[in-house]
Amino acid sequence: MSRIENHIILGDLEQKKEVQITVDGKTISAVEGEPILSALLANGIKVSNISPKHHEPRGYFCGIGRCTNCVMTVNGDPNVRTCITLVEDGMVVETQDGLGKWEES
Amino acid sequence: MGKEVEILVIGAGPAGLSAAVEAAKYGAEVLVVDENSKPGGQLFKQIHKFFGSRRHKAGTRGIDIGTELLAEVQKLGVEVMLNTTAYGIYPNDEGVALAVNGEEGVIVHPKKVILATGASENPLAFPGWTLPGVVGAGAIQTMINVHRVPVGKKVLMIGSGNVGLIVSYQLLQSGTDVAGIVEAAPEIGGYGVHSAKVRRAGVPMYTGHTVLEAVSNDDQSGIIGAVIAKVDSRFQPVKGTEQFIECDTIGIAVGLAPDIALASMADVVFVNAKRLGSQVPMHDRDMMTTREGIYIAGDSAGVEEASSAIEEGRLAGIAAAQALGKISREEGEEAKANVWNSLNQLRTGPFGSGRADTKEQIIKQMEEWKVKNHAC
Repeated sequence: MSRIENHIILGDLEQKKEVQITVDGKTISAVEGEPILSALLANGIKVSNISPKHHEPRGYFCGIGRCTNCVMTVNGDPNVRTCITLVEDGMVVETQDGLGKWEES
Repeated sequence: MGKEVEILVIGAGPAGLSAAVEAAKYGAEVLVVDENSKPGGQLFKQIHKFFGSRRHKAGTRGIDIGTELLAEVQKLGVEVMLNTTAYGIYPNDEGVALAVNGEEGVIVHPKKVILATGASENPLAFPGWTLPGVVGAGAIQTMINVHRVPVGKKVLMIGSGNVGLIVSYQLLQSGTDVAGIVEAAPEIGGYGVHSAKVRRAGVPMYTGHTVLEAVSNDDQSGIIGAVIAKVDSRFQPVKGTEQFIECDTIGIAVGLAPDIALASMADVVFVNAKRLGSQVPMHDRDMMTTREGIYIAGDSAGVEEASSAIEEGRLAGIAAAQALGKISREEGEEAKANVWNSLNQLRTGPFGSGRADTKEQIIKQMEEWKVKNHAC
């Protein structure tokens, strides 16, 4: 995981509890209490979804829940804003294709 | 489920929290709601020292101002509901609809509403602008300063206003390379003190340049660089001056636009605030909109800085408390005059006076509107 460990203003990175999430079937580590997006970036994942109209990869833009460019399918729910949704241990995150599909239950 | 409250503040950033603190100080019952999981708005990513005089907390970092504001809110016992989205504001005093944790619906019936909903970053359209890796400068700040994750190895910044300059410097502080700062205008836009820092660090300044294209990698999952070019006096790219700049991230720092969705649902009258970010709700010196009892403060009333957002929030908080009869007219007017003094100081100098003029024009139009509509 790539993190900013030392910082001239913010000091050393506080060690926090880690949780595991899976992204497109691959397990990655995340820090408890962080949004899904920062965990993805720390693991080098930049594509959130494939756009519905032009079928092109898209990633985050605003990072604060406004633009919806970072939406992914999370635990079966499509269109979840990963920049403001916090990770939970065992969370299942998938690159969303277009508008996504609701899992049939 | 319904809920009664004297003042509902929407947004727990610098403006909203300051409004809540002032109103609660005078004994008003205040509820603050915010859709985020943490209060403080964008203060906690601002690790630089603020500007202005000492009374504007100059020399204090944004993160510390956020911590101070939260301590005041707690001390006064103001209720702050997080993960709570205000998604509807009904025109006939039927209340404000809240979604708690994305589900439970709550209707609040406040006597006064203070909108402090902030602003969103502007995108910039050019070939490749939708590629992953082309991101808002504020988003970079959130990732590196709040979540402590690098956004890339080398960032090219577009826009040399204060946001572009400050975020470039904070990228350097996070250990990330900055490939340069691209600015279409012939001069750097932001404060000299911020540009001096990045220039001293050796960051190239491409003034009089524009970005032509973000260059994609093989599978369009990211970028490998950008093509920039010089612009002429009409901001058109000059042929033959194109150059490729290697980078894996492009930061877009071309201003912000006020978040006015709720204000527009509330059916208030809007006015063109020009450089403060297109359409904003018309408001008076009390920060009240054209709808009795609905106030607006901070970036959603015109994009400025956190320090002016704090002052506008305080104005709205005092005015709402006064309107509820929590303080006498004299006491209220005196308190607001003090805040206005402070605000006027913030809006001086080459960067501030234009904002002061625009704000005065908004207030003047509001006074005219009141006369026309016999609302005074």
